[in-house]
Amino acid sequence: MATEALVNLLIPLVLLIGAYFIGTAIEKKHYRELRAREHASRGFLTVTFPYQPPDQEAVDAMMVTGSVVISVDYFKRFLAGLRMLFGGRIASYESLLDRARREAIVRMKDEARRKGFNAVINVRLETSRIASSGGNNKGTAAVEILAFGTGVKFKRPATAS
Amino acid sequence: MGANAVINVRFTTSSVAQGAAELFAYGTAVKVQ
Repeated sequence: MATEALVNLLIPLVLLIGAYFIGTAIEKKHYRELRAREHASRGFLTVTFPYQPPDQEAVDAMMVTGSVVISVDYFKRFLAGLRMLFGGRIASYESLLDRARREAIVRMKDEARRKGFNAVINVRLETSRIASSGGNNKGTAAVEILAFGTGVKFKRPATAS
Repeated sequence: MGANAVINVRFTTSSVAQGAAELFAYGTAVKVQ
């Protein structure tokens, strides 16, 4: 009886400690990669309005998207559960959404570059909660962030003499 | 970033977890001369 109670206490504790160390390591690695990839694509024009350079014309346009599904770890879920007792900012989810959003934007830019576009205009971002583990609609299983916009290729028109 | 304006700002709200909502504001940072 006593050993059963001990095991029941020990398993969540081991999960919490494991999730803390592994989750933190994954998050640090992801942020490192994000910084490098954002730096690589920093010159790529990405704006939230329909921009048209006055001296150039758009020769090609197509919708581009970048989507990420990211999951919360056991430790972050535990922190969020504590926070929900009293209300307020859930910092453990904020970093998660920040990572997802930046990843989605970088993926969208990568797709645009791969397709030969010079810019992405009219960019929009959407967040949605995808599914919850178990059927009881409790806890967040994953969050999807979608970044989408119009990839355009600009060309300086030949000046008529 | 050195910008002095944010244009075309949009707001989006979504339910991230049971009892938690996310509010997100984004726009384009521009430097106006």
